[in-house]
Amino acid sequence: MTDRATVYARIIELIEPLNTKKVALTEATSFAGDMEMDSLTVMDLVASMEDEWDIMIPLNLLPDLETIGQVADAVAGLVAKKG
Amino acid sequence: MTNPPVLDLLAKYDPLIAEHAGLLSTGIRDPFGIVMEKVLSPTEAIIKGRHTILLGTYNYMGMTFDADVIEAGRQALTDFGAGTTGSRVLNGTYQTHAACEEALKDFYGMSHAMVFSTGYQANLGMVSTLAGKGDFIILDADSHASIYDGCKMSNADIVRFRHNDVADLEKRLKRLPPEAGKLVVLEGVYSMLGDVAPLPELVAVAKAHGAMVLVDEAHGMGFFGEHGRGVYEEQGVADDVDFVVGTFSKSVGTVGGFCVSNHPKFEILRLVCRPYTFTASLPPAVIACSTTSIRKLMTAHDKRARLWEATRRLHGGLKARGFRLATDTPESAIVSVLMPDQETTALMWSTLIELGVYVNMSRPPATPAGVFLLRCSICALHSDEQIDIVLAKFEQAAQMAQLALHEHA
Ligand SMILES: Cc1ncc(COP(=O)(O)O)c(C=O)c1O
Repeated sequence: MTDRATVYARIIELIEPLNTKKVALTEATSFAGDMEMDSLTVMDLVASMEDEWDIMIPLNLLPDLETIGQVADAVAGLVAKKG
Repeated sequence: MTNPPVLDLLAKYDPLIAEHAGLLSTGIRDPFGIVMEKVLSPTEAIIKGRHTILLGTYNYMGMTFDADVIEAGRQALTDFGAGTTGSRVLNGTYQTHAACEEALKDFYGMSHAMVFSTGYQANLGMVSTLAGKGDFIILDADSHASIYDGCKMSNADIVRFRHNDVADLEKRLKRLPPEAGKLVVLEGVYSMLGDVAPLPELVAVAKAHGAMVLVDEAHGMGFFGEHGRGVYEEQGVADDVDFVVGTFSKSVGTVGGFCVSNHPKFEILRLVCRPYTFTASLPPAVIACSTTSIRKLMTAHDKRARLWEATRRLHGGLKARGFRLATDTPESAIVSVLMPDQETTALMWSTLIELGVYVNMSRPPATPAGVFLLRCSICALHSDEQIDIVLAKFEQAAQMAQLALHEHA
């Protein structure tokens, strides 16, 4: 079972090395606004999440995924759907 | 009643304005504000009063001043006027435009050709029109902005794979529903690093998963393959490529874009492709120049050989002087020099321009993985003497910019 808490914890681990501004990572932390990640970094991060859980997160969903919490919801949803 | 204060929509660019100002405050020239005062030939111009060797114009085959090309344009200007004032699907298709599409069909040996007003629009139009809702576009991470923008404009789901990575493409294709329509978008030459795609492997994986394949040959047309069609021809995958997109703004030496294909239903795209329909067609003079240039490129064997020769001279010379290059061998007519950071890149670029050499400065996000580059594109008309001058200036500029050169193994 991969529940949302597990997903969230792992996402934080994946983000940590890219968190160059060393901002506090919470559900509400935003990628572009708080962490100042450029779009390429965000796309690479998404690719690593896809590989982590063997899921697909189309790039066109990214505009709706602004915060860590929103990404965790989306990933947990995709993982659940996969069964 | 007073109006509320107007919110400045340009405020969001303040960080970029500050960064750019910071760069210029060090006294260097603006890398993005060059003005060519006079263009003397495909390889030389006057910039700020100085005679400058052009090494960053993508004018690979040196067609911009070809006498036949210029004469064709002059004649069309006289016969057909300055512009068409209309869309290709209304009053903007002249006999010249039809002739240009015939030239493209002959050049590529394909049954259909569609000319757009730029290569940017060709990618924007083809990518967004081919893949619709429920379909998937699978693109290389280092794709040109026009491909990314075409993805944004489409209603398809967008999947990105690691640059030139066959296994990564396969892994991502495997995750897609088998019944969905798929378009895999590749480039023959990637213009930032000047590296070439392993098309046979990538195309085979795409086909194994039921995808259609589009290849952008912007930087391959004119000098890859027996007929100069591009990397896809040289690597022998012509039968498995469904659509080839290209531009007139590089080897052809004018402006414009196109897509060629053997797909039997191709012609319908003229009515549904918005970047084709809702913009004016190219002026007849531009089109006539392009047609003549394309026909001349079909047999430009000597120029192709010369382009590769000059490219090897520059690549080998830079390497021997200890510059770090993006590709170990010259894979295309783009030679990219790897730079350590923004400041050194800008200083080096600015020093080169003062020494009379124009190259491109490239930085993230246009470049992949945060790299800074000085990009050189070679022209078939660059003489050995010009290349040698460039090499000497590079060495001199590196000293002045205190760029560490590497001991050559
Ligand atoms: C790979 C690639 N595709 C398309 C284009 C767009 O070409 P154009 O200059 O005709 O808009 C370019 C040029 O910038 C390019 O490098």
